Amino acid sequence: MISLYAGRKRRNGLMIVLAYAATAFGLGWLVLILGQLLWEGLSGLSLQVFTEMTPPPGGSGGLLNPIVGSLIMTTLAVLIGTPIGILAGTYMAEYGRYEKLTSVVRFINDILLSAPSIVIGLFVYEILVVSMGNFSGFAGAVALAVIVVPVVVRTTEDMLLLVPNTLREASAALGLPRAHIVLTIAYRAARAGILTGILLAIARISGETAPLLFTALNNQFWSTNLGAPMASLPAVIFQFALSPYADWQRLAWTGALIISFTVLALSIIARILSAPRKSS
Amino acid sequence: MSSAGRRPVTDLALSGAHFGSKVIEERGAVLRRLRRTDSLFRVATRTAAYTVLLILSGVILALMIGAWPALSTLGIDFFITQDWNPVTEKFGALAPVYGTILTSLIAMAIAVPVGILIALFLTELCPMWLRRPIGIAIELLAGIPSIIYGIWGLFVFAPFLQQTLQPFLIALFGPIPLLSSLFAGPPYGIGMLTAGLVLAIMVLPFITSVSRDVFDAVPPVLKEAAYGMGCTTWEVFSKVVLPYARVGVIGGVMLGLGRALGETMAVTFVIGNAHKISASILAPGTTISATIANEFTEAVGDIYTSSLIALGLLLFVITFVVLAIARYMLLRIERRIG
Repeated sequence: MISLYAGRKRRNGLMIVLAYAATAFGLGWLVLILGQLLWEGLSGLSLQVFTEMTPPPGGSGGLLNPIVGSLIMTTLAVLIGTPIGILAGTYMAEYGRYEKLTSVVRFINDILLSAPSIVIGLFVYEILVVSMGNFSGFAGAVALAVIVVPVVVRTTEDMLLLVPNTLREASAALGLPRAHIVLTIAYRAARAGILTGILLAIARISGETAPLLFTALNNQFWSTNLGAPMASLPAVIFQFALSPYADWQRLAWTGALIISFTVLALSIIARILSAPRKSS
Repeated sequence: MSSAGRRPVTDLALSGAHFGSKVIEERGAVLRRLRRTDSLFRVATRTAAYTVLLILSGVILALMIGAWPALSTLGIDFFITQDWNPVTEKFGALAPVYGTILTSLIAMAIAVPVGILIALFLTELCPMWLRRPIGIAIELLAGIPSIIYGIWGLFVFAPFLQQTLQPFLIALFGPIPLLSSLFAGPPYGIGMLTAGLVLAIMVLPFITSVSRDVFDAVPPVLKEAAYGMGCTTWEVFSKVVLPYARVGVIGGVMLGLGRALGETMAVTFVIGNAHKISASILAPGTTISATIANEFTEAVGDIYTSSLIALGLLLFVITFVVLAIARYMLLRIERRIG
């Protein structure tokens, strides 16, 4: 009887220690990775990084053209993907809440949400790059937009579902048409949540590499032409990190630092926006 | 407020007493405009919802068309051989498929127990005020872009494994007959095991956050009853919480598996890109996504390009099935709780 009890206690103690160890293990990676990133990236961080073009091996230079390329493609992707995402999410929450179409779209959207991004790259290669005949910044932006859509659809639907129905009923009783209820009441109530979704989508695509590899390709030189291959930070990091040149590798670390902190800042802002407000 | 002594508003409106015909016309125009924008908006949202379906069917269709030249010339050989020779145009998907599955299995073998234990810590052991910060920190791991894991894996993690874990494993399992071939060979640093470990770190937050959410949804009465009977924390967790939340945990695991199967950049950096199936998990290999990322822009010839797209189609089908199962499982637990 005593030994049974001791055994149970021992097993419990062991598992609790393991749970603590697992948490330390998980947090340890975060510290290790971010620490290494800061260590390697900060040493190469200077104004030059933001003002000069990518250098040839052995030369000195910065990351201006990939930074601008990433900004252009991300902006365009958000401009294309966000309206589609918000409208689709609106249909699911406002018009077709109990329709079959909505549950099908929700299921498909969830699949798209976690579909391998390299497959999205292949898809855009097939429909845009093959038909236009060359790699282009536009194709890169479309590939990123395909990744934006499911993120925005998901958050828009979730946030609109949180808007209390009494608000809709009250405005309908005032004679407001359905579209205006959505546009002026529901959107306003769900504004912070929808914005969070967009920020999360930006955070997601600013680190995406795989879909850009064979859509926007890469570009050693300054280019803002959407019809031509365009540099992007992730693609340049990929190229430079796998190169044998030490100065290219250092620039890759610096680029990695810039991306990570952009992404982390965006997700932290999104978290603050979506945090439940303290009881007022 | 009483309206006694007044004529009902509707009467006034019907008789048109206070409104000129111009006013009525203007109102009609406004109403018509409202109705138009109303139906326009409805159509726009419906179209957008269909667009989501269109994207997915577009992906499948485009990949099928792109893969057709390879699949029709190579036939069944594409799925059952492991030659990968651009010169003779012989392509077999076996090595990348094997690599994809093996690295994902290594990742899940580590991430599932660790992820569930972290969720146990977060729901049962952690002091309240620490729960949110630790939860967020673990989720930040999911936010780090995969290329960062790649560059870190290549420059930091792989050399570290080369000097520590891999020689240790080779020395440990060397004398044991069957296991020695599994851990054979020189410690390259990069290889299947390294890729699997990096993937484990990447999918850990997915498994943790889904598990934590479903553990949190277990009715407190069940836990309290078990504690009241004198169960230890571990017994409450393993005999009450885990069985109740099983379906949800499986859903979270499948979600993580879907990620691991399709992950590209992190794996491409550390897998070593060797088109062969080795018995040793320390040896370099390749995965579907790493093969596509490495070779697609350099592929010459229709069959070569098409073979790579066929690999993409294969990957998409595999992840589709895994993710569909994950969603189904999560839907089931949502229904039960909700």
